[in-house]
Formats: sequence, C-alpha cells, structure tokens
Amino acid sequence: MEYIIIIISTIFINNIVLAKFLGICPFLGVSKNTSTAVGMGGAVIFVMTIATIMTYLVQHYILIPLDIEYLQTVTYILVIAFLVQVVEIVLKKVSPDLYQALGVYLPLITTNCAILGVAILVIQNDFNLLQSVTFAIGNAIGFTLAIAIFSSLREQLENADLPEYMQGVPAALITASILSMAFMGFAGLV
Amino acid sequence: MVKQISNKENFLKGIIKENPVFVLLLGCCPTLGVTSSAINGLGMGVATMFVLIMSNVVISLVKNVIPDKVRIPSFIVIIAAFVTVVQLLMEAYTPALHEQLGLFIPLIVVNCIVLGRAEAFASRNTLFSSMIDGLGMGVGFTFALVLLGSIREVLGSLSLFGFRFAEADGMLIFILAPGAFITLGFIIAVMTWIKKRKPKTTS
Repeated sequence: MEYIIIIISTIFINNIVLAKFLGICPFLGVSKNTSTAVGMGGAVIFVMTIATIMTYLVQHYILIPLDIEYLQTVTYILVIAFLVQVVEIVLKKVSPDLYQALGVYLPLITTNCAILGVAILVIQNDFNLLQSVTFAIGNAIGFTLAIAIFSSLREQLENADLPEYMQGVPAALITASILSMAFMGFAGLV
Repeated sequence: MVKQISNKENFLKGIIKENPVFVLLLGCCPTLGVTSSAINGLGMGVATMFVLIMSNVVISLVKNVIPDKVRIPSFIVIIAAFVTVVQLLMEAYTPALHEQLGLFIPLIVVNCIVLGRAEAFASRNTLFSSMIDGLGMGVGFTFALVLLGSIREVLGSLSLFGFRFAEADGMLIFILAPGAFITLGFIIAVMTWIKKRKPKTTS
C-alpha cells in the first residue's frame, strides 16, 4: 500500500515537472512533437531508476561510512555523468534497437535536473532502497506523462491563430500553466 | 579604449540582449521553482552569480591544461565544487534562505547557464573577459529572478520583499506552480512585443 501511495503521489499530486519544477529544460525543449517527447520520457525512466539506485548505494556505502557527505553534489553529478556514458555504451552493444530509440536523448539527460533532484530527494526523505526505486520510477512516469500530454497540446497549438508575440514559448508556457492547474485538481487524492 | 567599450558591451549583453532567462531560456528550473517571492529570487540569483563568476574564472585559467576530450566532465567538477562552497556558506550564514531554496541550491550544478557559459565563453576567452561575462550573465539572471519573484509576490500575497502593503488576500494561484509558468509566459510575450515594435518606431 505504501508503495502505491508513493507511485500515485509522485505521478499526479507532486508531479515532478508541473509541481516541483524539475526537468523544465527538456520539458520545454523537446516537447515540440509527441514521438520525441515519448522517447525522452523513456530515456528518463531508464536512467532515473538506475541513477537513483547507484546514488543511493554510493551515499550509504561510501559517503556516510567515510563521513564525507558534504561531497554529495560533486559525487552524484559524477556518478550520473558516468552512468549515462555506460548506459550509452552498453545499450549500443546489447540492444541496438533501444539505442536507436533512446540514443539521441541520453547525452541530454546528464544535465536534466530531475535526475539529480530525485537522487537528492531520496536521501532527504530517508527512504530505504525499495522505496527509493519506487519513488524514482513514479517520478519518471510522472515526467513522461507530463511531457507526453504537453507535447500533444503543443502540436495543436502550432495550428492556432495566435498574436505574433504570443507564438512559440509564451503560448507554450501559458499552456503549461493551465496543465499545471489541471494537475492541482489531484491534490488530496491520497 | 576600444577594449573598454567591448568590456562594457560584454557585461551588458548578459542583462538585456542575451538575458539567460528571457532570451536564451536557460536555467528554467530554478527560475520557476524559487521565485514565489522577490527575496528568494534575489538569493538564488546571487548564489548562481557567485558560481558563474568563480567557475568562469577558474575554467578560463585552466582551459589550456584540460585535454579537450574530458573537457565537459572537468567543467562539471569545477562547477560542483563551487556549488558545494555556496551550499555550505548559505547553510552557515543564511539558514532561513537555505531552507527556502532547499533542493535548488545543489541543482545549480545542472543549471544550463553555468555549464553553457563555461563551454561557450570561458573555455575560449581570457580571465578578465570571462569574469565580466560571468558577472553580466549573473546580473541578468538575478534581474530576471527578482522581476519574476516581485510580480508573483505582488499579485499573490500583496507584498514586496516581505513588506505587506494591503490587508487583503492576494491571488494565491500566483504563489503556486501554475502562477510561475503563466507569469514567465507573459513576461516573455511582453519582451517579444517590445522587440517587434522597436523597428517600426525608429523607421
């Protein structure tokens, strides 16, 4: 039950993009059409889950025993950057199809603040390993859901007759605002 | 003399013409996440400015030593080191602000502005001009955050920098997440509108 609550709250109530403002850059940057948005979402689910497990283990088996928790930020970003590289190389060998699908999005993920944000949140919330994994998966699905909905809205927006100065980014941001309001309706669900 | 003008331009470009938030749309996460009040925006802006200047300075100093292949990871480590410095300083001297900004302080590491300037500017330019560039971009970022924070605070809680000027309820929505998106959307729309108007009035 506890895990279901974590999943629901991370996807709907505290959606990582629309309520916590993490991962806004890819949210605005790669949401011009639905298929790339879904591809990005897939890559995020993959990397976020592995990265959270890795950083959790690093935190509890390296940083805390050695009493160097102040190096958290430096270590985490290195672990994530390293991980993205490894994932890219392994995927290329093991599953060329998946690499084809996710390849272009992988390098972008290093600077996706959602990954680092979730890794730090997990430590701040004192989750155990299983809770952390659930939290990461929930957040990644939440990200994918938000970016998929947003990209399909933006595709429609392309055809809308807007004043010249509202076209592009301003209209997208206002759409994001309305989407965020819609997600606020989920508050109190759990 | 020529150099001085270019320094001035170098500084000013970060504030208006290449404003990192309004024009380049970089670093949106802290921009939207922490600007529920003007003071938070200011705190975040100054913290980012410090990291920007310091990392620009260090990167322009070591740019010839770092092999090209490991350029990006090295930059990230340098930036992360300064972010840790800021984090520890804020925890010690401004605990309230540190509490408010919370997660977004370590996230300065992945703020695209910092890495973007390191890669695009500091790795190619001299120490002094890199410092000016960092300062200009930092001021531009802080300006954007304070503007966004002020608008949201005025509309949302009828106060500015913590001083209430009316005893009524504001529009709560501006303090919450949707208000951040909509305010930034309208600011960028106004900026575009001004830019589009300019040529007509001068000609």
